[in-house]
Amino acid sequence: MNAVATLGARTLGVLRSFGHAAVFFIELLRATPAALRRFGLVVTQIHAIGNLSLLIIVASGMAVGFVLALQMYYALVTYGATESLGLIVNLSLVRELGPVVAALLYAGRAGTSLTAEIGLMKAGEQIAAMEMMAIDPRSRVLAPRFIGGVVSMPLLAILFSAVGILCAYVVAVLLIGVDAGNFWSIMQSRVDVWRDVGNGIVKSFVFGIICTAVALYQGYETEATPEGVAYATTRTVVISSLAVLGMDFVLTALMFSTA
Amino acid sequence: MRECFEHRAKLVSSAGRALLNNNPRRSRAGHDGLKPDHLIEIDHVTFGYDASRNILNDVSLSFERGKVTSILGASGCGKTTLLRLIGGSIAATGGEVRFDGEAVDAHDSERLFRLRRRLGMLFQFGALFTDLSVFENVAFPLREHTDLPEALIRDIVLMKLNAVGLRGAAPLRISEVSGGMARRIALARAIALDPELIMYDEPFAGLDLISMGVAANLIRTLNDVTGATSLVVSHDVPECMAISDHVILMAAPGRIVAQGTPKELMNSTDPEVRQFVRGEPDGPVKFHYPARPIGEDFGVSKGATA
Repeated sequence: MNAVATLGARTLGVLRSFGHAAVFFIELLRATPAALRRFGLVVTQIHAIGNLSLLIIVASGMAVGFVLALQMYYALVTYGATESLGLIVNLSLVRELGPVVAALLYAGRAGTSLTAEIGLMKAGEQIAAMEMMAIDPRSRVLAPRFIGGVVSMPLLAILFSAVGILCAYVVAVLLIGVDAGNFWSIMQSRVDVWRDVGNGIVKSFVFGIICTAVALYQGYETEATPEGVAYATTRTVVISSLAVLGMDFVLTALMFSTA
Repeated sequence: MRECFEHRAKLVSSAGRALLNNNPRRSRAGHDGLKPDHLIEIDHVTFGYDASRNILNDVSLSFERGKVTSILGASGCGKTTLLRLIGGSIAATGGEVRFDGEAVDAHDSERLFRLRRRLGMLFQFGALFTDLSVFENVAFPLREHTDLPEALIRDIVLMKLNAVGLRGAAPLRISEVSGGMARRIALARAIALDPELIMYDEPFAGLDLISMGVAANLIRTLNDVTGATSLVVSHDVPECMAISDHVILMAAPGRIVAQGTPKELMNSTDPEVRQFVRGEPDGPVKFHYPARPIGEDFGVSKGATA
């Protein structure tokens, strides 16, 4: 009987937290238009979230581009299909690796930073002080960060893919000797701007919403103690990563089905 | 140069008037001379963070307009909870809190924010925005709530900082100021919009004797100069007794032990009041937290008590 009661209580707890998160997200969306009118705050956040994530995004894009070109070359050379290298690298990056890896890196770099910042603001009573000054923290603190994250994420994913393709070019063409004309021309002829690049950008936009909303929610609802902030940052990475991977499967199925 | 200064002074003065004209404290006059004019009324309020334990039990209080009222009591007796109820951060589980005759409804955010524009609060550790400078912290409510030109905001901020003796600290970062300075900066921020009610949550906690004296004087002086109503929550007896018009003594679990002028409380013969104002470790308020008999905990005898 106790086990049933515990299970019931846990289920209710999970449902309650889902409902709470949904209400938070709706309130965040409602606060967004007001934040857009104060564009200076948004620009500051795009700088903090986007610009300061550039290093890790570029470095990771380079590494993925190098490795992807090498691995694809080893696989394709067996079948004499190295002319498809550019196409495979490009599609892998713009459809999947760019949005997904950039989102995972974003959750680790910018998401944790957002959670810790909001959590510490809460612990230091800055959020409470703002509320007592009749200033809605959702509009003043959360919404500019949300917009900053949602704008930055697709840009970071595009940059990740672009750097990856350039580094794949360096490895494949300059180091291995794959034909440069082949590398670029197959990309031009077989990669569709809307279907491939566009859907990749839509994916990264969705991931941006997920990762930023999760980070802000975790920070805003954290227990205002050092342990609370530590747990919240961990939860940000875990929940964002799982949500991105799960949503990627759903989006891929919807976007690239041949039917 | 002088003309420029005079022009600025006029602007500051007219902006101040504009802010004050929006201020019901002035427009309502308040003092009708027939009855005591209470800005805040706590009417049979009960509150608990969870259903099993009440922090406040059927508390009724009123705070007179234009006076400094101190709420004293040991930690955990519900003093800060009372401030949070007045500010609408939490909702009473029973009874009603009224601000200038209007019920404080923690669930109606629009009304609540309208009410909060009429009050300022000094948090225990200042709650300053660490990403902003001292100047920007004080300018924050002005920028958020008014469309005043930059030159005017600058003048008002410097005036407020001057009032707390920190005009020279305006360009500093928050990480560069001491705890006492942070408290004064937070006070300057709290009075930036000339609030009707200023609430102080433990304004003397963690301050050295000089800073404590400075803070106490500031609370009294600002109250007299601005005509605001001040509510000080503290457990520092001498400072509160020195600056208050009225003192309320609370004890756990959320009950009012005594209230009156500082002199009345200092001369009280009530054992609980005497214990608190004299700082005696044991008395009606027990030193030990309720526990089972000590013998049971150490397994040495039955019936031994703590």
